[in-house]
Amino acid sequence: MHDKTIALGELATARSGDKGNHANVAVVAWRQIGYQFLQEVLTAERVAEFFQGLEPSRVDRFELPKLGSLNFLLYDALDGGASRSLRTDTQGKLLGTALLDLQLPVPDNVTEMLPGAP
Amino acid sequence: MTLRIANAAGFWGDWPSAPRRLLETAEVDFLTLEYLAELTLSIMARQRKKNPTAGYATDFVTVSEDIAPLLRSQSQLKIVTNAGGLNPIACAHEVGKVLANQRLGDVPIGVVRGDDLLPQLEDLGSQGYEFPHLDSGEPLGKLGERVVSANAYLGAEPICRGLQEGARIVITGRVADASLTVAPAVDRFGWSWDDWDSLAAASVAGHIIECGAQATGGYSTDWKSCQLANIGYPIAEIDNEGQIVITKPSGSGGRVTRQTVTEQLVYEIGDPAAYLTPDVVVDFTTVELAALAEDRVAVRGATGRAAPESYKVSLAYADGFTASGQLLVFGDDCVVKAKVVAGLIEERLHQDGYELARTHVELLGAGDGLPGQQPPPEDLREVVLRVAVYDPRREAVAAFTRQFAPLITNGPAGLGGYAQGRPSVRPVYSYWPTTVPKEFVVPEIQVFAANTWAEKQEND
Repeated sequence: MHDKTIALGELATARSGDKGNHANVAVVAWRQIGYQFLQEVLTAERVAEFFQGLEPSRVDRFELPKLGSLNFLLYDALDGGASRSLRTDTQGKLLGTALLDLQLPVPDNVTEMLPGAP
Repeated sequence: MTLRIANAAGFWGDWPSAPRRLLETAEVDFLTLEYLAELTLSIMARQRKKNPTAGYATDFVTVSEDIAPLLRSQSQLKIVTNAGGLNPIACAHEVGKVLANQRLGDVPIGVVRGDDLLPQLEDLGSQGYEFPHLDSGEPLGKLGERVVSANAYLGAEPICRGLQEGARIVITGRVADASLTVAPAVDRFGWSWDDWDSLAAASVAGHIIECGAQATGGYSTDWKSCQLANIGYPIAEIDNEGQIVITKPSGSGGRVTRQTVTEQLVYEIGDPAAYLTPDVVVDFTTVELAALAEDRVAVRGATGRAAPESYKVSLAYADGFTASGQLLVFGDDCVVKAKVVAGLIEERLHQDGYELARTHVELLGAGDGLPGQQPPPEDLREVVLRVAVYDPRREAVAAFTRQFAPLITNGPAGLGGYAQGRPSVRPVYSYWPTTVPKEFVVPEIQVFAANTWAEKQEND
């Protein structure tokens, strides 16, 4: 936490799924205050850049503030989808785990955003 | 009055002992078992083509034998499942035989049909219906000639009708996963089919439990925090006001927390403000969670609006062949060596006159599980080379599968894993999501005693 960046995985958990050729990656903040921070910095652009190796045609972000969650839809990211993909990860199950490595700037009140915080 | 609905199967291939474990450790009113992923029906289509009595989730027949003693001892217990797949009649026949052998021959079993649109496809096409792709809007066109399965996602209504006709077990083909939970709730509470907020609440409960242990600590990035060996499967408690509590059998592993329930709530959804089901359109953004006690989370605030006027339809069409092979590549030079081996496979195919339509090479262990993330580390001692191909021609893919074994003697040293044998060629069934107006689809339900199903022929 004294480094210049913090991994998304310190502030949230994540889960990815598939719908046809599209992947959704949902990020669930541990704390509401962490959600507010992520709502500012975890943009669709940032996520698109992180997953550029999958060549999504577009990335949309949806907000669920009452659940402290951001849902990212990566269109056409799954090499044709489960029925056609040649990848080991045909359904994008690894994407949630992968995204938690994304490095973000460290906010001043980071300790309030951690899972153990009161 | 609270209705307790559990789920003990999130897909075909889920933990075989989960249903029995759940029922031995919790009393519930309904057990739901979900067997049909996007692709499953196309696999079942192939099975049914080879054998007309096949095409359903055989796991459910085994489960029904496993839990028969609990069906006897818990008279309140009912089961709703989409195990019927493409052949719910055959499924009911086999389950009927199992129950008849277990002194449960009187148990009424309902079968829902009407989701299978394959017989009507040509008719609908000649009436001008184009089955536009959900994303691109493209018409199905000539691909229609290669369709192997076409199923509408039915809703809760025919299931509910079956329960009201006395069915204790309802077996369906393709239905919306959440509808397996909505139907018991409507049956119990008598909600009308335009009570959108109540249907939304039950759909939210259904969405949370439909993937089994994903709601109770499974598939979590916080996986170290709970005991997984004895993971409990989820139970949704629903009341007449649409209040929901998610829990799991006491003493079981896993956890039910705001985090685990939220992770499942937002799983596989697109726009959360408009989650479409055949029964209702749900707004997930109004949902709030509250931890009531350990492993008890309240889910409140679900809202809904009118259901779509079309059913979602999943089509699958025959679309070429695929195969993949793996070899362990060992040694300090494994990364370079793996790439050379991949090149040998491709070059030798080329020499035999084959250019495959699509090829994908992965070095697993070097980071290729997620394409384009990072260059391989410098210091790997071993890596798994995986090559996967697609081609419209079966013989081209077969030729590819024969390129692995020869490398034992005519490739570099340091390769292992041949004991897995020659890769198999699999047909590809590509997924085509579309919609069809509800008026073209007629859901139907038949309820008979297990004894009667046991005696019926599969094509009745």
